[in-house]
Amino acid sequence: MKLNRRQALALGAGALFVTLTPFRGGALASTADEEIKAFTGGATVMEDDIVSLTAPEIAENGNTVPIGVSVDSPMTSDNYVRRVRILADGNPRAAVATMHFSPLSGSAEANTRMRLAKTQNIIAIAELSDGTYHMAKAAVKVTIGGCGG
Amino acid sequence: MAKSKPRVKVPKTAAVGEVITIKTLISHKMESGLRKGKDGNLVPRQIINRFTAEFEGQQIFAVDIDPAISANPFLEFTMKVPGPGEFTFTWVDDDGSVYTKKSKLKIG
Repeated sequence: MKLNRRQALALGAGALFVTLTPFRGGALASTADEEIKAFTGGATVMEDDIVSLTAPEIAENGNTVPIGVSVDSPMTSDNYVRRVRILADGNPRAAVATMHFSPLSGSAEANTRMRLAKTQNIIAIAELSDGTYHMAKAAVKVTIGGCGG
Repeated sequence: MAKSKPRVKVPKTAAVGEVITIKTLISHKMESGLRKGKDGNLVPRQIINRFTAEFEGQQIFAVDIDPAISANPFLEFTMKVPGPGEFTFTWVDDDGSVYTKKSKLKIG
């Protein structure tokens, strides 16, 4: 088959489009959004003061970044925090952990240590027993990424 | 790898209704499955994927863990003391191993 000039140009443009497509729109950012949707089932997430997320402003070592979540809740049997989803929007995979609380917890507070590949936002979404979702975000600057070589 | 060793820091005595803090740690490499080894191939994932804390058979706190949790996963959480009893802490490894640790709580 012989290509004329117009066909050759179209082919080139098509190839360029295919090569660029995976990088458009931030493939990594969308996984955090997908995780949020999977967690909430598409329900509205309120960004208010109910959830607080503590993380260092600057993490020198991305391998162990201490983070803490605290949700303002009486933690009684009819009003408590069911789950808290932790996400990191700049990691190769956004999922970090899902914490399950119960009225026996007494308070919806937990601390752990996580890996951060680069400077990014940590997101915590709490699911309360009344079915509402609340979110908090914290930006962390990472000096040395924590995903190995 | 060396056998994972769970460690728990929990008070021995507490008052009913008091909110106590529990700290747990288990030695584990938490291989993410995203890292390349010396041979250039991906090192297969092996992490602790689930942690549960129970008191007298009732769940206090549990975590579904993803590879983004650091090596030697540390967890700190709380419990409102309902009375005397026994804690059971459980860690589940990707390879099927289950590590447990128990601790008794007295009222005093």
